[in-house]
Amino acid sequence: MSTMVMSADDVRRAVTRIAHEILERQRGGSRLALVGLQRGGAWLADMLGDTLNAIEPAAHVPVGYIDVSMHRDDISLRPVVPGAISRIDFAVDGTTLVLVDDVLYTGRTVRAALEGVNTYGRPRAVQLAVLVDRGHRELPIRPDYVGKNIPTQVSDDVRATAEGVVITKATS
Amino acid sequence: MKHLRSIPELGADGLTRLLDLTNHMVEVNRRPVPKVPALRGRTVVSLFFEDSTRTRLSFETAAKRLSADTMTFSVSTSSVNKGESLRDTVETITDMGVDAFVVRHKSAGIPWQISDWTTAAVVNAGDGWHQHPTQALVDCFTVREARGCERFDGLTLTIVGDIKHSRVARSNIAAFSMLGAQIVLVAPPTLLPPDVAHWPVTVSHSLDDVVGRTDILYMLRLQSERMSQGHVPNLREYSERFGLDARRLAMLPSDAVVMHPGPMNRGVEMLIDPSALPNSLIHRQVANGVSVRMAVLFDLLAGESSAGNLREVAP
Repeated sequence: MSTMVMSADDVRRAVTRIAHEILERQRGGSRLALVGLQRGGAWLADMLGDTLNAIEPAAHVPVGYIDVSMHRDDISLRPVVPGAISRIDFAVDGTTLVLVDDVLYTGRTVRAALEGVNTYGRPRAVQLAVLVDRGHRELPIRPDYVGKNIPTQVSDDVRATAEGVVITKATS
Repeated sequence: MKHLRSIPELGADGLTRLLDLTNHMVEVNRRPVPKVPALRGRTVVSLFFEDSTRTRLSFETAAKRLSADTMTFSVSTSSVNKGESLRDTVETITDMGVDAFVVRHKSAGIPWQISDWTTAAVVNAGDGWHQHPTQALVDCFTVREARGCERFDGLTLTIVGDIKHSRVARSNIAAFSMLGAQIVLVAPPTLLPPDVAHWPVTVSHSLDDVVGRTDILYMLRLQSERMSQGHVPNLREYSERFGLDARRLAMLPSDAVVMHPGPMNRGVEMLIDPSALPNSLIHRQVANGVSVRMAVLFDLLAGESSAGNLREVAP
């Protein structure tokens, strides 16, 4: 059974709000950069980057993407097939770097991304923006910006795209 | 994939998978800190019974950039000198808990032998005249990068030189034909293998005849001992007929590229300064060596804890 918990309009409004929150906390957008987590966070990083640059054109917020498969801690437990290739074309040193992902779950992907961005340089600060926080954290990681908190079962499947967020309950 | 021993054993799907994975490793190598923790806790041992510069060093660099531990087996200071057999050597190293052997040996088939004696993964870094699969992966990746295409349909690869004794030629013929290239071999009859009629290639004895119709000119090293073995009358005649000089370079199509697996014999197969070649991929071949071998080690060692490791043995 599938339920749409956020519509396309809800997603757009959440992204706009997160963009304002980021700019408010940064007092503008100087030295701000976004890094989307491949693959689910890439579209969201693009959307958030476009929104930030529309609100604050002087900020010129760059957007990069990181594939964390080579930084994961469960690499020896299951086959690893890297997805899209990482691309961070800007200098990471000294930026306030916002990691962007669609769904925050165990926190292990974010942990891998924290380690991954360090191979590109040393950001002044790292923050985390997610569209959906579905709970069930296994590591001490919390998001700085959340689109929507949605309680879920471990067995649920959560899909987030620009067209909306859908939860599918496992049929048992 | 459990082992990488030959290109035919790897197959077309495996070849494409490793070439695609190499793109990720190229990106890792461009980072300010080109090191990822993917193979933390794994051990790779290089077991080289033949000399090597680029293959051994690029495998060791590749293992280190993936955070694997490396051991180097040096034949000249080992118990092989006390008469320890290859099998006992392999079993001894296996007992120490290694995840992969990178093997080079003068005899064909040794990597298959070794994989019977160990539970670790085996990577063939050159066995006799037989196979050198990671060199073929490097060469395919380098052509992909230079031409910006994933397959080689419509491209002609011309391999010049000592085909008979060349593991690089055998692996490259298999790999490039899997990706759709036409292959032309150029060599004197004494340096062609007797079964060449069964290979997916056309054969020429004149470089001048084919150089104008090639996209990738691949020069092989002529080992000097071939002359004493009577395969070529003398090196000067060989260079005149099969060497790359300024005249032949001018006959190459303008978008053709020149490759060489190294080490190069200047003045034998390479009569011009390779740094003066306008379209040489020789430096790219060396540079891509590390990324390709990272992809191979990652594919073999990530995703399953290897058997044969001490961790698997009950106390």
